[in-house]
Amino acid sequence: MQIETLSIRLIASAGAVVVVLLPYWRQVLLLSALAVALVLAFALKNFVLFQLTLALIYAIAILGLNLLTGYNGQFSLGHSAFFAIGAYTAAVLMEQLGVPYYWTLPVAGVVCLVFGFLFGLPALRLEGIYLALATFALAVAMPQILKFSPLEHLTGGVQGIVLLKPDPPFGLPISSDQWLYLFTIGVALVMYVCAYQLIKSRTGRAIIAIRDNHIAAMSMGINISLYKSLTFGVSALYTGVAGALAAIVVAYVAPDSFTLVLAIGLFVGMVVGGAASIVGTLIGGLFLLFVPNIAESFSKGLSGAVYGIILVLTIYVMPSGAAGLVRLVLIRLMSRLGSR
Amino acid sequence: MTANLLEVQGLDAFYGPIQVLYGVDLDVVSGGITTLLGANGAGKTTMLRALCGMIDTKGEIRFDGASIAGRATEDIVRLGIAHAPQGRGTFVRQTVEENLEIGAMTRRGRAAIAADIERVYGYFPRLKERRRQQAGTLSGGEQQMLAVGRALMLRPKLMLLDEPSFGLAPLLVQELFGILRTMNRDDGASMLIVEQNAALALDLADHAYLLETGRLVMSGPAREVRDNETVRRSYLGY
Amino acid sequence: MELFLHQVLAGLATGGIYAGMALAVVMIYQAIDSLNFSQGEMAMFSTFIAWQLLQWGLPYWGAFFLTIGISFVAGVLIERVVFKPVQNANILSHIVIFIALFAIINSSAGFIWDFTIKPFPSPFGTRELFGQRLVSAHDAGMVAVTLLMLVLLYLFFRFTRVGLAMRAAAANPESARLAGIRVGWMLALGWGMAAAVGAVAGMLIAPVVFLEPNMMLSILLYGFAGAVVGGLTSPLGAVIGGFSVGVIENVAGTFIPVVGSELKLTIALALIVAVLVVKPSGLFGRTVVERV
Repeated sequence: MQIETLSIRLIASAGAVVVVLLPYWRQVLLLSALAVALVLAFALKNFVLFQLTLALIYAIAILGLNLLTGYNGQFSLGHSAFFAIGAYTAAVLMEQLGVPYYWTLPVAGVVCLVFGFLFGLPALRLEGIYLALATFALAVAMPQILKFSPLEHLTGGVQGIVLLKPDPPFGLPISSDQWLYLFTIGVALVMYVCAYQLIKSRTGRAIIAIRDNHIAAMSMGINISLYKSLTFGVSALYTGVAGALAAIVVAYVAPDSFTLVLAIGLFVGMVVGGAASIVGTLIGGLFLLFVPNIAESFSKGLSGAVYGIILVLTIYVMPSGAAGLVRLVLIRLMSRLGSR
Repeated sequence: MTANLLEVQGLDAFYGPIQVLYGVDLDVVSGGITTLLGANGAGKTTMLRALCGMIDTKGEIRFDGASIAGRATEDIVRLGIAHAPQGRGTFVRQTVEENLEIGAMTRRGRAAIAADIERVYGYFPRLKERRRQQAGTLSGGEQQMLAVGRALMLRPKLMLLDEPSFGLAPLLVQELFGILRTMNRDDGASMLIVEQNAALALDLADHAYLLETGRLVMSGPAREVRDNETVRRSYLGY
Repeated sequence: MELFLHQVLAGLATGGIYAGMALAVVMIYQAIDSLNFSQGEMAMFSTFIAWQLLQWGLPYWGAFFLTIGISFVAGVLIERVVFKPVQNANILSHIVIFIALFAIINSSAGFIWDFTIKPFPSPFGTRELFGQRLVSAHDAGMVAVTLLMLVLLYLFFRFTRVGLAMRAAAANPESARLAGIRVGWMLALGWGMAAAVGAVAGMLIAPVVFLEPNMMLSILLYGFAGAVVGGLTSPLGAVIGGFSVGVIENVAGTFIPVVGSELKLTIALALIVAVLVVKPSGLFGRTVVERV
C-alpha cells in the first residue's frame, strides 16, 4: 500500500514538474543538452572530442549560411570564402602579431562582417541562380587568391600557416582538446542564442519577410537593400568566426582547405539539417564531418559515388531536412491527436 | 432528364493531413452553367483543384460516365475539362499567342487551332492587340481573359472557372460574364463557376451550390437560391 | 596590337569550348528552370562512353552518334528515376541532388576508367587552318558544330509544338498540366536533350584538353559564366557569352601583369560578376517583368 501511494505521489510530482516546465521546454532542452555535452568532455577520447569540436564549428558555419539562405532567401554557394577569411585572419593575427587566440574571434568576425556586407551590396542586384553563381565564383576564386605570390609573406602561399594549439588557461588539468571542445561550446552557445534572438526579433521577421515576398516587404517600409546587405554581413560574421575557431582547433590553415568542396559541403549541411532551422544546423555539422568519412570507409575508389547515394537517399527521406522531418512528424501527431 | 456531365459524390479533400472538404455532392448538367458560392475559405477553390486531381481526395468523381478520381491532372484535362485557375495561371514569359497555343497543346489540326485562336480574339479583341506581348505584362483583367481564352482553346466539354471576377473592374466583369454566356450558348461548353460575387454568378447560372467551411449547405436552381432568405442576407447583402 | 589580336583569336578558339558548354547549360535551364551542376560530369561520362566504343573498334562517327543516343536515354532515365521522387521538393533540395549526381558520376568515371589522361580523336584533324598557328581545323570545326546545334535548338524551341510544350512545362508546371501537357515527360525530354548536347560538347572538348574525369569542372564553370553573361534565357547569348569568356580569360591572362597567369580564373569570374551587376539578366537576357 505504501509503495502504491509513493508511486502515485512520484508520478503526480513528475507530472507537475512537466506541466510547469512545458512552456520552457526550449530552455530545458538546451540545459539538458549542455549538461550532456559537458559530461562528454570527460567521458570521450581526445580524438573524438576533436571531431565533435569540428562538427560544432561546421554547425556554426552552417548557421551563418542558413541565416542568409534559409531565412533571407539569398543563395550562397560561396561561404567557404568567408570561412577562409576568418581562418586566415585568426592565423595571421596569431602568427604574425602574436595575438592570443580568443581575441582573434571577434576580429575575424568583424573582418568578415565588413567583407560580407561589401559583397552583399553588388549581390543586391542578383537574384536566385545568378547569385548562386556569383558566390560559386567567389568560392572557386578564394584558393587562388590565397595562393597568390605577392601575398605569400602574409598567407604562407601554398604551404599555408602552421599554428600552435593553445593550452588550457589557468593551468587546468585537462587536455588541449578538452579545453578547445569546451571553449567552442561556449562560443557556440553565445552565437546560437544570439541567432535565435535575432530571428525572433522584429529584425528577424523583416529578414524572413524579405525572403517570402520582397515586394510586400518593401511596401511595408522595410529597407530591403539595407537588410539584405546586413544579413550578408552577419552571415559572413558567423561563418568567419567558425573559420577562426577552425584555425585554432586544427592549428593549420592552407588554401586547399577552403575550396569549393567546403562551400558545397556547407550548403549540403544546411539543406540536410533543414533550411531556416537553427537547431538543424547541428545535424548539418555532424553530416558534413562524418558522412564523407563514412563514404570513404565503404569504398575508397567509389567514395564519391557512395557519398552521392547517401545524399540522394537522405533527401528522399527528408526533403526539407531533418528539421522539416521533425516538423512533419509533429504536425501529423498533432492532427491525429486533434481529430480524435 | 438531361444527362449529368459531372457527378460528384461524397467528396472529401485534403491538403496533406488537413481535411478541407467534407462529403460534398455536386452535379453539373450537360450544357448548363453551375455556380459554386461561398465565403473566403469555404473550400471553393479546393473543390476545383480536387476535380482536376491536383490534391488528395476520397469519394467519387464521375465525368461523362467515367470515374476520374485519383487520376493525374494531365489525363483528366485530356478528357475534356479545362480549368482557369485562381491566380490566372498565366505563362508570363511566353507571348499571348503562345499562351493560347499552349492551351491547344493536346489537340491536332493546325487549321482548326488557328481558327479557334481567331475566335478567342473575337471574344477578346484586347488580347489580339497584345498578341505578341509577353503575357506577364498584361493587366489582371487581360490575364483573366487570357486564362478563359486558354481554357477555351482546349475545346472543352466542361470549363472550370475559379473566381473569374476577381480583381476586375465592374464593367469588365459584366463584359466577361456576357462572353461566358455566349460561350456556353455557342460553343456548348458546360461551366462550373466558382465565385465570391454571388449576385453576378446567380444571374448567369442555371444551378447553384453553396459551400460553408467545406460542407455543402444548399443547392438548387439559381433562381431559388437567389431568392432564399439566408442567402440574400449573408451573400447578397439585402 | 598584334599580340592582342593573337590573344583574341586564341581566346575565341578556347571560347568555342565554353560556348558549347554554355549552350548545354542554357538548354537545360530552359527545360528545368534551374542550373544542373552535374551537367559537366554527364558530358564527361558520355565522352568516356564514346572513348570506350572507339576502343572496342567502332568507327568515329558510329561512336559519335551512338553516344549521343545513349546520352539522351541516360538523361531521360536520370530525370525519371532520380528526380521524380523529389519533384515537389524545394529548389535547395534539388540543388543538393545535382551535387549528389556530380559526386556519383565523377567518382564512377574515375573508378571505371581511372584518372590517367587519355587522348581523344578529333573528326576535324589538328592541322592548322590557313597556315596560322592559333586556330586549328578542330577549333574551327568546334565552332561550326556549336553554331549548328544552336540553330537546330533555336528552331526546335521556337517553331515546334513539342518545343513550346517543353517551355511551358518548365515555365509553369501547374498551368502546363492544366493544358494537358505531361510535365514529367517534358522535363525528362529536356534532360535527355541537354545530355545529348553535353555529349557533343564533351566529345569536341576532349581532343583539346584530353580525357580524364576532372576535365569538365573548370569548363563547366566557364560555361556557366558564359551562359549567365549572355543571359540564361537566350541560347544565342550563351554562345556569345561563351566566346566572350574565352577572350576575356586569355586577354586578361596575358595583359594584366603578375596577376594574369595566377588569377586568370578569378579575373574572368570577377568580370562576369561585374557584368551581372550592371545587367542582372545577362547581356541578351530578357528581363522578366512581373506585375505585382
